[in-house]
Amino acid sequence: MTKVTMTVNGKSVSAEAEGRTLLVNYLREGLGLTGTHVGCDTSQCGACVVHVDGKAVKSCTVFAMDVAGSEVRTIEGMANADGSLGVVQQAFQDHHGLQCGFCTPGMVMTTAALLANNPKPTEAEVRHELEGNICRCTGYHNIVKAVLAASGQDAGAMAAE
Amino acid sequence: MPKDTGIGASTKRREDVRFLTGRGVYTDDLSLFGQAHAVMVRSTVAHGRIVSIDTSAVESMPGVLAVFTGEDFKDVGGNPAGWLINSRDGTPMREPKRPVLAHGKVRHVGDAYAAVIAESYAQAKDAAQVLSDATEIEELPAIVDMKAAAADASNRVHDEIPDNICFDWGWIEDNRAAVDAAMKAAPHVVTLELTNNRLVPNAMEPRASIGEYFPGTGDYKLTTTSQNPHLTRLLICAFVMGIPENKLQVVAPDVGGGFGSKIYHYGEEALVLAAAKRLGRPVRWTAERTESFLSDAHGRDHVTKIELGCTKEGDILAIRTETYANVGAYLSNFSTATPTFLHGTLMAGPYKVPHVYVNVKTVFTNTAPVDAYRGAGRPEATYSIERVVDKMCRELGLDPFEVRRRNLLTPDQFPYTTPVGLVYDTGNYQATLDKAVDLADVAGFEARRAESAKRGKLRGMGLSTWIEACGIAPSHLVGVLGARVGLYDAATVRVNATGTISVMTGAHSHGQGHETVFPQIVAEKLGIPASSVEIVHGDTAKIPFGMGSYGSRSLAVAGSAMDRAIDKIIAKGKKIAAHMLEAAEGDITFADGKFSVAGTDKAKTFGEIAFSAYVPHNYPLETLEPGLEETAFYDPANFTYPAGAYICEVEVDEGTGKVDVVAFTCADDFGNVMNPMIVEGQVHGGVGQGIGQAVLESTSYDENGQLLTGSYMDYAMPRADDVPFYTVDHSCSTPCTHNPLGVKGCGEAGAIGSPPAVVNAVIDALQRGGHSHVTHIDMPVSPNRVWQAMNA
Ligand code: FES
Ligand code: FES
Repeated sequence: MTKVTMTVNGKSVSAEAEGRTLLVNYLREGLGLTGTHVGCDTSQCGACVVHVDGKAVKSCTVFAMDVAGSEVRTIEGMANADGSLGVVQQAFQDHHGLQCGFCTPGMVMTTAALLANNPKPTEAEVRHELEGNICRCTGYHNIVKAVLAASGQDAGAMAAE
Repeated sequence: MPKDTGIGASTKRREDVRFLTGRGVYTDDLSLFGQAHAVMVRSTVAHGRIVSIDTSAVESMPGVLAVFTGEDFKDVGGNPAGWLINSRDGTPMREPKRPVLAHGKVRHVGDAYAAVIAESYAQAKDAAQVLSDATEIEELPAIVDMKAAAADASNRVHDEIPDNICFDWGWIEDNRAAVDAAMKAAPHVVTLELTNNRLVPNAMEPRASIGEYFPGTGDYKLTTTSQNPHLTRLLICAFVMGIPENKLQVVAPDVGGGFGSKIYHYGEEALVLAAAKRLGRPVRWTAERTESFLSDAHGRDHVTKIELGCTKEGDILAIRTETYANVGAYLSNFSTATPTFLHGTLMAGPYKVPHVYVNVKTVFTNTAPVDAYRGAGRPEATYSIERVVDKMCRELGLDPFEVRRRNLLTPDQFPYTTPVGLVYDTGNYQATLDKAVDLADVAGFEARRAESAKRGKLRGMGLSTWIEACGIAPSHLVGVLGARVGLYDAATVRVNATGTISVMTGAHSHGQGHETVFPQIVAEKLGIPASSVEIVHGDTAKIPFGMGSYGSRSLAVAGSAMDRAIDKIIAKGKKIAAHMLEAAEGDITFADGKFSVAGTDKAKTFGEIAFSAYVPHNYPLETLEPGLEETAFYDPANFTYPAGAYICEVEVDEGTGKVDVVAFTCADDFGNVMNPMIVEGQVHGGVGQGIGQAVLESTSYDENGQLLTGSYMDYAMPRADDVPFYTVDHSCSTPCTHNPLGVKGCGEAGAIGSPPAVVNAVIDALQRGGHSHVTHIDMPVSPNRVWQAMNA
């Protein structure tokens, strides 16, 4: 066990980790940040997505030690300073982009990174970018709408309901 | 104007805030002082005799606290099937014991035969691997193919069951001769053999369980990923472990999706309880996704021959089916009900078909148990019917829309007694069909087809008109049909002294949004803000005995119980108000949150009445108990019968066989709708899963019983770019006639109605594209299968 230090949601933190400790386990078990979920064991589902130095990363694919010293952001750090929901979070609530909520943290983190790179994505781009995030509940309809809405576009018109 | 509060409003979900900020609490998120970790040791062969398990190989490994094998549970009970089904000849089904841990034999890859408990997860995992290597299993030939299993008496999944048949069921057996005669006399008979592909439910939260034991009181606590904590408790206590029911608390906290797979009790739940007792520490277990693939109950897996007798004009005269249904290696809790009473009873569909006979043979194989998955039996029935009706249209050169119109029941025919034992209470199937035709712009299809053709794609359109029976279920009826439980539900409405309300419900929310919708109903009925109503669910120590959520039953059954309990609150409130207002009880009316004396301006608010009930200074104590809390149990008088019409458009790439679902339209009748936003979300989710079944998802075992599709690398889950935006409508509503809210249930509709619409569209595309020899392709309609069919 070694002490691994990094910045998580703006705070410097440290916790014990083995060489084989994954970032997701470091966050969940080491720091008690259980908003980041584990949905698979093959880096396919995206439930574990966090930001490492601004990039969306599947935290089940990274060793904690390898990101020592990095800036990590998790779902717990996505609300506004006053505690209200951030833009992406609010769009997911407004458009019913979640049901059981299990895929949701990963969806929100992926969306935030997506919009940082591509502020006005097309529907096709959104669907393509979300390929690494599996949701079993929503059939994706309202997730895609939420992402489009978070980008400031008229999601209702684009969904042509 | 759409409402923004109360019944019928698209109120935003209050539970979203915790899920969106990472503050949901799922089972695996809990961390308990002193907890130990369990890892299951699972069979790597499909069928084998356990020769030896050398537990000494791991007992001294670092951190190992205990090892359990099947020996430790051989004297406790087994996990039972919830329904007892008789064969056509009257003999009862075969029900082999399903032990906590496999004993003597392993029967499928992933069958757990041992468990290691250690200080850390990593230590338990390391030891489990060593124990696996220290186990000798004599491999036996795997029984994978259903028909071969039923034909070969020499090779047995369960030694005591010679032909691997659980039961051979006929529905309705007494009608068989009449159906055979009608089929013989029919001017035209359409025959179709099809497979309803095996699916892995894949709730995104893997199963997890934490067991606790409190030696001071002898109490147990199980925190688990369950859709129905009371049912889980009942199964563990009464059938498996013999713990008194009042000594086991079962909590299902936030649960990340279920779709049926979390209805059932699984051996891991009993294991963590036994381990917690032995160690005196909390013991936790969480499935890896690979374990979920291997050990969660799978869905579907039917092979069916369906025949349809009709006139040359397309009037359906008779339907006859013969189905082989795979139950896997053991009976799961609903696995005998799914292919029978949730399937055979729906085989008349929404049509006026006079003669129907259904035969189902359920077969044990060396594969994971198969049980109810979103729709459960009804998707299989709908798929068979809607595919064979489509084939009839093609054979006779008839228009599929017109043929549906000819055969659909008409509104004046309700209540309608089907030839397969159900009474449909109400519906308007023409209305939903017309609505779907309109919304899907069927008239504009040719133009869209021409446009697709310009891009080199074959475009097709498929229709399905579906019905289901949900709101499960009237207890007396399911009792006759073999259920070992009742299927009522319960609610307690507790008005607190300060006027806020806690509703304890037997329903369980694992994505459905009960915490938002149930308060909408309470608020509307009591004339108070929804924000003062709190929903309590998922904890047997807090809620009345309810049966949980599955079978689209939450609102129709548990919601009705809540409605009844609210009525009792109002009735008691009137008595209190009559006393306080010095009026006759019969003169008190209740509206907009006020109890008033009719024809006067004398009134008491709901809050004043609540306060008086708990501070009963001016109160009729001689005749009325203080307090304001009521419980109601509600047993439905009938199933509910949602129905609808779905239209799918696909594009098929002729070069590769790839199918793209490019448009999907749903017109549904769910009766009254409490929250349209949530109802539409349920349909989206169901359709997404239905498209997954039709186009992508395949569960494959090789001839040795190895699961070839055991991860997301191999099992094609629908992803965002596999589906289009859906058009969803529920305006053609005929309220349910027998429950107080007039609701029918919407959770399974999408998964039931969509697969045949997709496959019908693919066949349509190929036929229009000149591949007229292609009359059927089994699901999933993968590029390989479609290409092979086109080029056959
Ligand atoms: S848990 Fe990381 S991708 Fe599934
Ligand atoms: S909301 Fe349940 S998996 Fe996406």
